[in-house]
Amino acid sequence: MLLRKVSQSSALCGAILRGQRHAGAVVAVQNSRLYASQAAEAVLEKPAAVGTDAASKVEKKTVAVESKSFAVNIFKGQIMTPQVFPFPSVLNQDQEQFLRELVGPVSKFFEEVNDPAKNDALEKVEDHTMQGLKEMGAFGLQVPADLSGLGLSNTQYARLVEIVGGHDLGVGITLGAHQSIGFKGILLFGNQAQKEKYLPKLATGEHIAAFSLTEPASGSDAASIRTTAVLSPCGKYYALNGSKIWISNGGLAEIFTVFAKTPMKDPKTGEMKDKITAFIVERSFGGVTHGPPEKKMGIKASNTAEVYFDNVRVPAECVLGEVGGGFKVAMNILNNGRFGMAAALSGTMKGAIAKAVDHAANRTQFGNKIHNYGVIQEKIARMALLQYVTESMAYMISGNMDSGATEFQIEAAISKIFASEAAWNVTDECIQVMGGMGFMKDAGLERVMRDLRIFRIFEGTNDILRLFVALNGFQNAGNQLRSLQKALKNPLGNAGVLAGEISKRAKRKVGLSTGLTLQGVVHPELAQSGEMTVKAIEQFGEVIEELLVKHGKKIIDEQFVLKRVADCAIDIYAMVVVLSRASRSLSQGHAAAQHEKMLCETWCLEAYERVLRDIKTLRSSESRQLFKNLRAISTAMVENGGVVAPHALGF
Amino acid sequence: MSGRVLVGVKRVIDYAVKIRVKPDNSGVVTDGVKHSMNPFCEIAVEEAVKLKEKKLIKEVVAVSCGPQQAQETIRTALAMGADRGIHVEVTGKDYEALGPLQVSKILAALVKKEDAQLVILGKQAIDDDCNQTGQMTAALLDWPQGTFASEVSLEGDKVKVIREIDGGLETIKINTPAVLTADLRLNTPRYATLPNIMKAKKKKIANMKPADLGVDVTSRLEVLRVDEPPQRQAGVKVETVEDLVAKLKEAGRI
Repeated sequence: MLLRKVSQSSALCGAILRGQRHAGAVVAVQNSRLYASQAAEAVLEKPAAVGTDAASKVEKKTVAVESKSFAVNIFKGQIMTPQVFPFPSVLNQDQEQFLRELVGPVSKFFEEVNDPAKNDALEKVEDHTMQGLKEMGAFGLQVPADLSGLGLSNTQYARLVEIVGGHDLGVGITLGAHQSIGFKGILLFGNQAQKEKYLPKLATGEHIAAFSLTEPASGSDAASIRTTAVLSPCGKYYALNGSKIWISNGGLAEIFTVFAKTPMKDPKTGEMKDKITAFIVERSFGGVTHGPPEKKMGIKASNTAEVYFDNVRVPAECVLGEVGGGFKVAMNILNNGRFGMAAALSGTMKGAIAKAVDHAANRTQFGNKIHNYGVIQEKIARMALLQYVTESMAYMISGNMDSGATEFQIEAAISKIFASEAAWNVTDECIQVMGGMGFMKDAGLERVMRDLRIFRIFEGTNDILRLFVALNGFQNAGNQLRSLQKALKNPLGNAGVLAGEISKRAKRKVGLSTGLTLQGVVHPELAQSGEMTVKAIEQFGEVIEELLVKHGKKIIDEQFVLKRVADCAIDIYAMVVVLSRASRSLSQGHAAAQHEKMLCETWCLEAYERVLRDIKTLRSSESRQLFKNLRAISTAMVENGGVVAPHALGF
Repeated sequence: MSGRVLVGVKRVIDYAVKIRVKPDNSGVVTDGVKHSMNPFCEIAVEEAVKLKEKKLIKEVVAVSCGPQQAQETIRTALAMGADRGIHVEVTGKDYEALGPLQVSKILAALVKKEDAQLVILGKQAIDDDCNQTGQMTAALLDWPQGTFASEVSLEGDKVKVIREIDGGLETIKINTPAVLTADLRLNTPRYATLPNIMKAKKKKIANMKPADLGVDVTSRLEVLRVDEPPQRQAGVKVETVEDLVAKLKEAGRI
């Protein structure tokens, strides 16, 4: 079984997992078309019809390299601390000072100039606001300073995006579609000439950029795009044809990062095959048109439109990255932008929470301020937990990226899933705390709720990203298991490896510690939460191995299982992230350290319970029945075109 | 004319912050509280920068007196377009007692040192609401003053100032050098943009102490006590006009 493509695209993205039967190795995920791991990317480079031969060839390339990613390692039941402890602190003195100076003016701009309600009603960012944002430098936050940008690091960028997210997600998407994905490809993959030509005008906002991947028939299955780019006989131009949908900034952009299929000759077989290539396309090339702005549920202030390319003559110099390397370009752009979403949404939550807390502190019912009531207290406390986790994830990942980490794709995907769901829950509960008042437009929260909905859908739906998290983890765990199996074939030569693994398993079986520990990195006051996390990781690693042994390569078909595996990974990563942050606050003696300790302990307590419950489900035979039932119910409904049971009244 | 303008920028508790009095009533809580440039000082900076953009003056120098953090306020002025800054470092007890007289002495000394032709200040700061520094600086320098300006135009060696006075506007023409103070409607200050903040990093801020200028900052004022404004008392509802009149008479209001 081959998991063909797990991918995502610009504005919106659904999910398509295609299967292809063929014989594979014990751990099939290695052959999978999982985009984000290096091995998978290598596979993805292969044309669409990968056969058994190709797959086995690729397998040789996927020899496991020890991963530094914390999330990757928990799938092997291992703890890799360097990326998570201590909590990253990456800003040097100058960067921190500069950032401090930027925070004030950006906040002030959003408090005094930008009017989110008006932008929402107009379904566009007001002209003077747009102009102000350009002058502000908000369109070129990460463009190098010598190319007219501000040259911000990921962490600095996150801090400013958080302010934007706290005020207006519609503006956030306009800015994000421009720099987080629109021209990020030029920053990451552009050559010097391309950077010098395009970045200065993009940084000042004179030119707006858009990321164009999604097509009518190609959402999550990004490799299935139909837009084509055919090289002219002279070799100087590509003729670009096709249409893209749901392109953020599509109606405003001058510069597009466009993904199209280019026919290429396979250097080995000599066959012609289509491969994806990324292009920088200027509207001024001619033949680029767009549809009317889409009518949307939320983020109305941002422009979303169809974009058409009709025989656009694209100079060969406009290829971004390598010819045929477009898929890698697309996935790297998206991977590199996800932390920004977590940062923005932690700001959104902060803003909503302030409103709800203010209401709870001042609203009197039954003779008491409502914050005195337990049901309100629980809501408020849970909001704090979710915001704390999200903010910690955002800056942990931006910190990892700034210190040069290359493996953060699982973490980045987790942060996107977590942030978008946390923000939805928090805002929903804020409205609940405010009651009828929260439901009114004037409270400013219904707009936030509408704006937030898309975050669970675009840039990789949370459903696809969950599969991605789980399968990426399985792939790495599978590699380890495979080398173990190899070792078993030659037990004498690998006695050391085997002895270690056998004793680890034996210890786990009888409930002894496997030697895994977070002692020394977790603050002593948080030792208990640290132990829970270790236990969760041990149990998780064990169940992953069981699942691999049980399902083998078929694991990729077990989406009911994969979803729960991803949920465990998300909870465990969240635990370790807050452990790290609260430990830092305790050792630095922050004024709110005891409060953070409480947040951390509370989170770990509940997350641990959830992980155990999920693991129990994954192991139990009842759950097999449960999944079977769910599958059967769904199948029946699809056959019936909706609910199957007759009406309760019989008519 | 050297074409140099001195602009005073004061670091104050941000206008949006709810002020809290210290438990010992010695002052207000400033630790961990957001500070920013006094809004009237922003108007003063904007006016000076505009004059420079119109090429009516050559250099804008932003001055702030206070602790280390006053440099952040100067940086804001530099990001708005001031050319360089002077930080007169005043800390501890001296800073707590720093009032209009001390600051105007410092400003007057700096004017001489820098050979400035114009001093533009905010009409008052939103923290102590003193509204004295501009007037005192003019007095110490023996210069004309145009206070509460809502419009300023340089005409040769004179300045035409439209002043906001009770019940209307007053237009005066005064000789330069002069001291001006900005009222609310003089202009709308620009936002410090991020690229300009970045460029401002390269601008210089000179550091000095009052003693370097020969200024003694001892204060003759002593703060005895700082209190919260009294809580508003609950009102009463009256049934009829007669009741209302009776109550008002009782309270001695009519």
